[in-house]
Amino acid sequence: MCFLFLSSFSSFSQTCDTNLSGKVIDIHDGSTLSGATLVISNSEEAVQTNLYGEYSFSDLCQGTYFIQVSHPLCRTKVFKVKISENTSRDFRIEHHLEELNQILIEGKTYQNLTESIFQNRIDKAALDRYNGGSLGDALNSISGVSSLNTGNTVVKPLINGLHSSRVIIINNGVRMEDQEWGAEHAPNIDINSAGSISVIKGASALQYGGNAVGGVIVATSQKAPVKDTLYGETQLSAATNGRGSSLTSEITKAYENGWYGSLQGTLKRFGDYEASDYVLSNTGIIERNASVKFGLNQFDYGFEAYYSVFKNEIGILRASHIGGAEDQVRAINSNRPLIIRDFTYNIDPPKQDVIHHLTRVKAFKVLKGLGKATLQYDFQQNNRLEFDIRRGNDANKASLDLALSTHTIMFDLESGFSENINLKTGIIARYQDNFANPETGVRRLIPDYEKYELGAYAIVDYKIRKNWMVEAGGRFDYTNMNVFKFYRSSFWESRIYDELFPEIVVGESGSQVLTNPQLNFYNPSATAGSTYSFDDNYKLFFNYSLASRAPNPSELFSEGLHHSASRIELGDLRFQSEVAQKVSLTFQRDNSTFGFSINPYINTINDFIVIEPIEIQQTIRGNFQVWEYRQTNARLLGVDVDASMAFTENLRFNHQFSLVKGFDRSRNQPLINMPPVNIKNELVYQNPRIHNLRLAIQSEYVFQQNEFPNNNFEVFIPQTETTEIIDVSTPPKAYHILNFNSNIDLHNGLNSKLTLGLRVSNLLNTPYRNYLNRLRYYADDLGRNFLLNLKLNY
Amino acid sequence: MNKLKSLTLVFFSGLLFTACSNDDDIPVPVNEEEVITTMTVSLSPDSGGTPIILKTIDLDGDGPNPPVITVSGNLMAGTTYSGSIVLLNETVSPADNITEEVEEEADEHQFFYSVASGLDVTTEYVNFDGDENPLGTEFTLSTGAPSSGILTFTLRHEPKKPNTGLVDAGGETDIEASFNITIE
Repeated sequence: MCFLFLSSFSSFSQTCDTNLSGKVIDIHDGSTLSGATLVISNSEEAVQTNLYGEYSFSDLCQGTYFIQVSHPLCRTKVFKVKISENTSRDFRIEHHLEELNQILIEGKTYQNLTESIFQNRIDKAALDRYNGGSLGDALNSISGVSSLNTGNTVVKPLINGLHSSRVIIINNGVRMEDQEWGAEHAPNIDINSAGSISVIKGASALQYGGNAVGGVIVATSQKAPVKDTLYGETQLSAATNGRGSSLTSEITKAYENGWYGSLQGTLKRFGDYEASDYVLSNTGIIERNASVKFGLNQFDYGFEAYYSVFKNEIGILRASHIGGAEDQVRAINSNRPLIIRDFTYNIDPPKQDVIHHLTRVKAFKVLKGLGKATLQYDFQQNNRLEFDIRRGNDANKASLDLALSTHTIMFDLESGFSENINLKTGIIARYQDNFANPETGVRRLIPDYEKYELGAYAIVDYKIRKNWMVEAGGRFDYTNMNVFKFYRSSFWESRIYDELFPEIVVGESGSQVLTNPQLNFYNPSATAGSTYSFDDNYKLFFNYSLASRAPNPSELFSEGLHHSASRIELGDLRFQSEVAQKVSLTFQRDNSTFGFSINPYINTINDFIVIEPIEIQQTIRGNFQVWEYRQTNARLLGVDVDASMAFTENLRFNHQFSLVKGFDRSRNQPLINMPPVNIKNELVYQNPRIHNLRLAIQSEYVFQQNEFPNNNFEVFIPQTETTEIIDVSTPPKAYHILNFNSNIDLHNGLNSKLTLGLRVSNLLNTPYRNYLNRLRYYADDLGRNFLLNLKLNY
Repeated sequence: MNKLKSLTLVFFSGLLFTACSNDDDIPVPVNEEEVITTMTVSLSPDSGGTPIILKTIDLDGDGPNPPVITVSGNLMAGTTYSGSIVLLNETVSPADNITEEVEEEADEHQFFYSVASGLDVTTEYVNFDGDENPLGTEFTLSTGAPSSGILTFTLRHEPKKPNTGLVDAGGETDIEASFNITIE
């Protein structure tokens, strides 16, 4: 509520018949604000603006007045006006949305990231249920999003069949550069630092990048309100599977003058996890994260500084690091992992040790007539160490030691031309340096390189009618890579690179040649779509998007044994950018009694980079399967369905179905690693009157993927004098898992709230293997887990 | 507004600084030290005479060239040979003797000898680790009647010890080499 105070300074008598009139205008887009209240300080005089935003005071005395202008959902502003005669004066105020402590107004507090694609969002309450897990675990709950796992601690989001370099993750406005090309590289984000996570299944959110062939995941922290307040949340969870616990805490202090600061940290420690029947040896995890944020939010200008550190040590299933084909036969043919030891908290090789620093400084100002301008600089430092099983003095030395530094500077402008047209434009410049430490004594998995990127985009949203909005956008990115790569001379010649690219050779050393490829990629991207609302409930989203993705360093430069994958991987220097075109339609009914969304899509990707086996190679260590990257034309077709039905006020049924079919058009065969059909059903009982009790039982049924390329190979095992077929292709059988989720408020007071949660995953301790778990050859997935969670909000 | 201008200046100069401070360092090559390029098995007949050498050498490691396997001659029937295995890394000069490392970590290694059904040969371990479990860089090989077949040497890293053979031992295969042996 805004009220006007009109203080009169004049103390001597004078003529009091002057008028003051004008308009109250939204500083953001120049539109007039009706229903604004203007009060002259120290008086009872108050007027309101009419439908056209016009106001008028009459019979005012000459003098200086302070006029307080306010509007629902806005911040009050006081203007000083000197009146000597009839005056016309317009007042400009920021039209924004007030945020209340911990209650986020769904859909309004977080800006709409794209207008023509339905966004899936996970709010803080839902995210808290995954405390103790990872970002990938939380994302799995969205239809169409599954995960590519390496065990259960390395969980990579898979959107509509695509992952890794094809999925962009935005962490607090910063695009994550954390060696995401690796299939066994988990995203380096603390799930507890996010206040909400949105998934955009496609490339329409052009402001984040033009290469999101799979989609964009946006994790944003909670915005501090503009009022004097101190609040926080502490969560403690303990789990039986892994015998571990996780503690996370966040505290925010905000002031009415717009200043705010936030401190957050997480500590997590788990020992070996367990499958239904045995210990998964060497799968523990230790995670230590912290983040700090402070800034000033004056609505028409402000700044924010943010720093976060993410440190993670992950054990990789001991039984998964094996030698060549002969070892693979034993591992695949065995029902149980070949190495099972007693439970321990120790994390030994094979393991990963990653630390990710992220710093971001942002300033924004609302420029009259132009709109909101934002300038941001962010810096990321990612250090990744991977330890394999080594011999002798090298036993504790990392086999992989990568240091990745990324600097980004971006300028964005958001303007509203009228009430109906919104324009977002921006430019971005990025510099990245990758250093692969040779002290490891192992040939570099990816080479040293420097990368420069420049991009510019423009997105227009046009509201044709109240219920019909169209969006169109375009973006262009230029990438330059300056790489120093050592090739084995034998490989360099076998690929005829010595004839094709003799000019990039800059040196020779023993049996290796040093090359300096300098690559340029020109990537256009675009989006076009529309959202149409039929009535209050029904909405139809349509979107077409074009995305271009430059090949990543692994696809270009792999050349040797990838120890953790137990295979030789070969990239290709000649790769061009992938170009994807996705058409997506979502039909939605937004109704609390019965709501649903149906999202069919088709994604056609030319020059799609895929890796698959081509031959067996003999080495002194035995035979290894050789996997080679190649470019093909692919098509992904799928549909995601969500439905929610309220039987009674307290009882609700949720349903989720997703299907994706991937096809290699050039080879006329299915694509590898496509998620199988997945159905989730959930019954939720929620009663706010019984201490906010919530009980949910969920059934997840995963079908067997019956469309897959046959990459099996035969190998002669001399020790047994037999020829064995190594079955790396057949997906595991279908499985059904039951999960139980519950929480209740132990105390719900004015200033604090204590919530107790109990979660049981894999209630029936069902043994199962997931096609998208890279360790499915060696061991079952997780067995039953009891997780107790205590959450204090204050 | 001035604040914004000075901030912008700081950002851009910061970016310039970091971009230019990187010297174009030429990276150093990595020569893998623990890679075993060569295994030489010397079979010396107890009765004296020239040893038979079984050798496998793969200088490009996981590169496309396959290992070069040689057998210097045929074995004599009814003879006992003393076998000795030498492992080298010949990507460096002078070559690195990896056998020493393996013998130092004897409890984490074991050689296995697989004899094809047609070949009339028996083997026995001669050297052991600290727990008296076999290591096998030294062994004896006894030939029977004239025959031929494949003799395979497998080196396992971190096998289960003691074990009843290859199937039971597990571990990671560090060497696997097959030789065509003829007994005359």
